[in-house]
Amino acid sequence: MTESAVRVCLVYPELLGTYGDGGNATVLAQRLRWRGVPADIVPVAAGTPLPAACDIYVLGGGEDAPQTLATKGLSEQGLSRAVDAGAVVLAVCAGLQLIGTTFTAADGTVVDGVGLLDCATRPRGSRMIGELVVEPTGLDAADGSAMPPLTGFENHGGITSLGPGARPLGTVLSGHGNGADHAEGAVAGKVVGTYLHGPALAPNPALADRLLSWVVGPSALGPIDDAVVDELRSERLAAAAGAADGWRATLKALRRRD
Amino acid sequence: MVAPTRRTGTRARSRRGQAAVLLGRLTSTTARRLRGSGGSVIGARVALAVAPSVLDELGAGLRAAIVSGTNGKSTTTAMLAAACRAGGHAVVSNVEGSNLRSGIVGVLSTPAAAGAELGVLEIDELVLPGLLGSFEHPVVVLLNLSRDQLDRFGEVRTVADGWRRALLGRPDVTAVANADDPLVVYGASAAAAVVFVGAGLRWRHDAASCPACGGGIVNALGSPDWWCDRCDLRRPACHEIDGDRLLDEQGRPVAHVRPGVPGRHNVGNGALAIVAATRLGVDASVAADAVGSVTSIAGRYQTVVVGGTAARLLLAKNPAGWAELLALIDGNGRPLVLAINARIADGRDPSWLWDVEYEALRGRQVIAAGDRAADLAVRLRYAEVPCEVWHGPVADRLRGHDAAEVDVLANYTAFADLLRELRL
Repeated sequence: MTESAVRVCLVYPELLGTYGDGGNATVLAQRLRWRGVPADIVPVAAGTPLPAACDIYVLGGGEDAPQTLATKGLSEQGLSRAVDAGAVVLAVCAGLQLIGTTFTAADGTVVDGVGLLDCATRPRGSRMIGELVVEPTGLDAADGSAMPPLTGFENHGGITSLGPGARPLGTVLSGHGNGADHAEGAVAGKVVGTYLHGPALAPNPALADRLLSWVVGPSALGPIDDAVVDELRSERLAAAAGAADGWRATLKALRRRD
Repeated sequence: MVAPTRRTGTRARSRRGQAAVLLGRLTSTTARRLRGSGGSVIGARVALAVAPSVLDELGAGLRAAIVSGTNGKSTTTAMLAAACRAGGHAVVSNVEGSNLRSGIVGVLSTPAAAGAELGVLEIDELVLPGLLGSFEHPVVVLLNLSRDQLDRFGEVRTVADGWRRALLGRPDVTAVANADDPLVVYGASAAAAVVFVGAGLRWRHDAASCPACGGGIVNALGSPDWWCDRCDLRRPACHEIDGDRLLDEQGRPVAHVRPGVPGRHNVGNGALAIVAATRLGVDASVAADAVGSVTSIAGRYQTVVVGGTAARLLLAKNPAGWAELLALIDGNGRPLVLAINARIADGRDPSWLWDVEYEALRGRQVIAAGDRAADLAVRLRYAEVPCEVWHGPVADRLRGHDAAEVDVLANYTAFADLLRELRL
């Protein structure tokens, strides 16, 4: 590991890595390296000390028991201290829930979260699964322009409500998102939570670069050839629009028949 | 043993049951004539509509050997069926297709099933608890459990819980189970009689938390032992595999395991099949030879010549399966076609691509294909594996390809599409 390398901490991958979200760390590290900025991914297993001085902490989705285990570990290990010292956090799905104020565990008990985001999660009773498209009103692109829509896939059973201390990552254009207020995700300071899998940063390079700009500054982030990603984005956005149109068209047709 | 009804040639005993089976067969035949293939699932659905408990009748008096788990079901079922036939059993078995209730009803409704005394049946891991009650004295082979189609199945641990509940209170079940998978050991330990086999487990990421208590699973270095750091779940005493030798719990040789299909995971599958066969009265070396005679299963592992190209067809559906395939093709220098779909049967979310170590393919010639070629291309871009993207049917592109030998690695519906395109 080099002194000046950006350190991306992949938090408890064996507990919070069920949905391919470790890929977010890969995207962040590669987008730095391709710009000539050295980067290291530091995976940290549950039960081992969390490094205090990483630049970005990445938390993924996981199953119920691992989510509760991870919460205990992170509360004890000082993730909050790292955030106070200026670290960036990207937390997906279970990760988002456990860094909030509270969430409900599988057995119905309410568990205190790590408290990095002012949001609370309760069970909906049924799962929210499918393509998710979000207008990212909570963030601008690194150059200050409006960020293009975020695309991904959601799979969760929790409804997340935001308190006054957090704003949504964006507005849901297609899908469920938080399941409340047409909001998706939560942002406060340099802490970003979302229900987007994909993983989130793979089809959303503008979001990845926004997070990176908080670490290395926008001027360190020259252009990258994202042609392959743009191809994927067109496909996914068209698929989500087609699915939405399909249902709307069907409903319209049914109503016309009545 | 219940003799099949002479008049109707079905396994069903009641009038309703017989009517259900016959109507189902008629439906299947009609559907097959109209479509050109298949038809057994729709026939089974008709049978189930007429007699919802028809599976109980079809299972009555039939000895059953069931194979379940996330990966390796079809291969192990084929190996076990071959072993049992070699041992003199009159076997009915479900070829890869439906391993759900309708598929089982379909295969047990066929005229061939009427004369069988042993059913060797592949059954989906989520559906197994619901079907187990239809069979008496079954031998149940439990292979492995890992993340697969997460939008359908939710949590892996839930599947293991389902197995546990189904096995408890069934004194007539014998389980033959993989000792190296904590989720399988947790599920299988509830069986009245269980034989464990150290069949191996390359993918350990879904069993990091103890399925019994939520504690941490510790893996020994340099030995296959594992244990929970909080409760008493641990790797049980088991048959061991030493190279190509299968040894019993006392270390005595049982048989050689030399599968006719490649991959270390298939040595484990073969060992489980041999042990299960011995529980059904088949001599171990007869079983072992039969296991070695299986060289392709429902198209998998076979090599097909397409245009001037010899294409070996390989299937992997989830990160654990892909880890085994990547080990299998490592270093062979052939161009690789990776075909990925994300239809309902594949799991609609291909995020799992990021749990596969495609970085191992650096330096190889790789082609991304299938419905989700674009998702795979992004994954490969970040893995620094340059790739070509093929649009349209893979078979057509293979015909125009100039390499002499190619490995095609496809997930579930992409593999099925390719077999159809190749008319296999």
